[in-house]
Amino acid sequence: MKLTVWTYEGPPHVGAMRVATAMKGLHYVLHAPQGDTYADLLFTMIERRNHRPPVSYTTFQARDLGSDTATLFKTACQDAVDRFDPQAIIVGASCTAELIQDDPAGLAETMDLKIPVIALELPSYSRKENFGADETFYQIVRGLAAPQDRSARITCNLLGPTALGFRNRDDVEELTGLLSDLGVDVNVVAPLGATPADIARLPAAHFNVLMYPETGEAAARWLEKTYGQPFTKTVPIGVAATRDFIAEVQAITGLTATADESRLRLPWWSASVDSTYLTGKRVFLFGDGTHVCAMARMARDEMGFEVAGLGCYNREQARAVRAVARDMGVEALITDDYLEVEQAIEALAPEMIMGTQMERHIGKRLGIPCAVISAPVHVQDYPARYSPVMGFEGANVIFDTLVHPLVMGLEEHLLTMFRDDFEFHDAAGPSHHGGHAPVAMSDASGGSISGKMMPDEAPSVAEGSNVIWLSDAERELKKIPFFVRGKARRNTEAFAAQKGLQQISLDTLYEAKAHYAR
Amino acid sequence: MNDLTPTPGGGCRSAPVLKQRGQREVFCGLTGIIWLHRKMQDAFFLVVGSRTCAHLLQSAAGVMIFAEPRFGTAILEEQDLAGMKDAHTELDREVARLLDRRPDIRQLFLVGSCPSEVIKIDLARAAERLTQVHAPHVRVLNYSGSGIETTFTEGEDACLASMVPVLKDTPARELLLVGALPDVVEDQMLSLLGQMGIDNIRLLPARRIDETTAVGANTVFALTQPFLGETHAALMRRGARHIPAPMPFGEEGTTAWLRAVAAEFGVDDATFDAVTAAPRARARKAIAQAAEHLNGKSIFFFPDSQLEIPLARFLTRECGMTAVEVGSPYIHDAIHGPDLDLLPAGPQISEGQDVDLQLDRVRAARPDLTVCGLGLANPLEAEGLTTKWAIELVFTPVHFYEQAGDLAGLFSRPIRRKSVLRVEAAE
Ligand code: SF4
Ligand code: SF4
Repeated sequence: MKLTVWTYEGPPHVGAMRVATAMKGLHYVLHAPQGDTYADLLFTMIERRNHRPPVSYTTFQARDLGSDTATLFKTACQDAVDRFDPQAIIVGASCTAELIQDDPAGLAETMDLKIPVIALELPSYSRKENFGADETFYQIVRGLAAPQDRSARITCNLLGPTALGFRNRDDVEELTGLLSDLGVDVNVVAPLGATPADIARLPAAHFNVLMYPETGEAAARWLEKTYGQPFTKTVPIGVAATRDFIAEVQAITGLTATADESRLRLPWWSASVDSTYLTGKRVFLFGDGTHVCAMARMARDEMGFEVAGLGCYNREQARAVRAVARDMGVEALITDDYLEVEQAIEALAPEMIMGTQMERHIGKRLGIPCAVISAPVHVQDYPARYSPVMGFEGANVIFDTLVHPLVMGLEEHLLTMFRDDFEFHDAAGPSHHGGHAPVAMSDASGGSISGKMMPDEAPSVAEGSNVIWLSDAERELKKIPFFVRGKARRNTEAFAAQKGLQQISLDTLYEAKAHYAR
Repeated sequence: MNDLTPTPGGGCRSAPVLKQRGQREVFCGLTGIIWLHRKMQDAFFLVVGSRTCAHLLQSAAGVMIFAEPRFGTAILEEQDLAGMKDAHTELDREVARLLDRRPDIRQLFLVGSCPSEVIKIDLARAAERLTQVHAPHVRVLNYSGSGIETTFTEGEDACLASMVPVLKDTPARELLLVGALPDVVEDQMLSLLGQMGIDNIRLLPARRIDETTAVGANTVFALTQPFLGETHAALMRRGARHIPAPMPFGEEGTTAWLRAVAAEFGVDDATFDAVTAAPRARARKAIAQAAEHLNGKSIFFFPDSQLEIPLARFLTRECGMTAVEVGSPYIHDAIHGPDLDLLPAGPQISEGQDVDLQLDRVRAARPDLTVCGLGLANPLEAEGLTTKWAIELVFTPVHFYEQAGDLAGLFSRPIRRKSVLRVEAAE
């Protein structure tokens, strides 16, 4: 048993739902108790879909337990086929049905449904949502792909986009345009938008673009082995990765056309003097492995940030994430426990977090700005506007996303220069966050970012240590803008501890500043 | 004087009920934790379940999950199922760690789920054992919020029912008010009754464990929520007597509810009128504003919370709506009866659900407003129907006089919105 409040990933059958809901003409019959239908709202509310997910639940109740549940399952199957007339169905069990040991696959096979039935084995007590999606997509491809000739023109499949995927909708559009520049047509996008008939046509493509390893890798590997289709290894997030991806596609296809970069703005935006203040901003990244790996490179090489730490919640990508961490000279954090992530962030005190919905809340609590770069995300990160993260427009989007939460350079100077000015006092906060100027809440150091919590005269004892802040040092600390004060406090205390000092004076503060200057 | 107008056509109490079985699109009882933990300030709800249960809680709790919630899930892992680890040892360890980290916790609920029920982890025994270990500081109880046994608000019912056997005994003639209400509503309720001279009142659930609730043979109790069937039965087993009444929704419902309680305690009409006149007038005025948009409109309820029958009664009688179908997950005659009596005859009353068949009916009826869960709301909107999602009715303060206008407003807002939007969705 493991006590959990927040989970980064749902159970594996939710991953299967993400594949089923992404597709058309496919129905999922899920053996599950009443109550598990809650998962529908992820699609209808968070992703704002305008139809019910194509999922029939058996919704068995306690009184059905026993032989009845098998009959219930068969009835649900038959009803789903009669009512929705799918080209194929997938059948499986949720965590509770896994325990009652009906055999959905066996039951469905005895029914002579006249359409392909794909059985799913999703171990609910050891695996999670991403595995569920990957495995489901793989089983569907295995079950439906049919041998055929390659298309006359050079085409590829886009593999991995699903329902409830982070920016999947727009990534598909962006890549389709990019590939068209390169002279490559898209044969099938799957699972997003594909029908079972489309899945059958996958082998007509010359190669596969593996968009999201988390949800498409098993299928890509199988297609490579079975139909000799190579798949791309670079995920085109960021300018450099997009260019590597283009080179990869050119190597696979032998085509030499290049992509249109006329609307790529990140390199100049990042080079312009307005961005100088971004240099060396310390960022912490957390999310799914793919987005973290890609965005870490961007953060360092294209934004000029310093990567202070990174990690992922999906163990499947641990190896890739560790490699990137090594390259960045930091330790990878592989965990699905958000309390551990919070601890790591607290310890590193970065100037910005790039993470998921959870890190956004951690950031809010610690007073650290955060940009969302990975699922799980809430409703606001399924935007109405076009917002890919892949390709060249994706790079533009990410530049804006990463800069927005930071205090603008000019504003940073003004805040420092006029820190005693009534309109620029700490509590006013950055102007574009004006709606929720910080009230008296704790900053990362446990102090007050309103600057009003500690009486000026009394020396204060730093939390969790025995070091005493003398009042002149305390006063000086408060003159430091609130968004860097947490770090200053932490560094000074660490410095004092290292020197074996009991008190922090004004001198200690400045000695520490000099010590940590970079 | 009770001025409830006679129900045209004689009410719905004896109307034939459509009972269907099939796929149910409902939450399980675990969801009750989301509002119960706000109400019971020293309680922690520990679900013993799977990743699905944890995922359900976070999906239903939305952003609230980050406010240091006092609930969590002990997720069963493969070894727990294979019996390699003793589930009870595991549970004891997790509970000890939890109570160590949160010394403010005084009541711990072990909440059963489908997986824990199916593999038959004996949480009742665990609760007894843990109570002994952690007494007297912490009391440990257990109930099931599993989807195989409970639907949505029945989770609160199961929780409250689990507390009844351990309530201390009282010989006093007291009023026990049952059902978790937002604090502001609870205070209004207590003030109204207090003004009538009824003040030997206890609450279930109380805000904290120290505010002990007691029960005995001279206790009379009234329900403020219609989904408390098990709790009702458990209280009867302790010798308490139920005051049947319509639920306190709307001006009329609140008055009828208060009147039933007042009659039990011999409050005279003059006092009753003096206390209720002003808030009644306020409520009527507030309802009238929202009812403008509801008058003459038809409404269809999918089953969700058991609030459907009293709400249909309020909307038809006080807001001028016509009910097409009133679906409820369960119907208890002793509890829903008084509201069914007042609900004008006409609507199809249905219990249970086969969601696809019910969707066929709603499409055929094309009501002006459909009350349904979050999994159905957007799909139905996309089909051109106007919907009100039901879960909000459980989270929002809607009971008693001062909330009557807000309650009507929850239903009129979607209709008003439809009339103000001037842009068509693209295909
Ligand atoms: S229906 Fe059962 S398995 Fe599903 S979330 Fe509820 S208690 Fe858990
Ligand atoms: S914002 Fe999130 S929690 Fe709130 S209703 Fe929408 S989907 Fe649900």
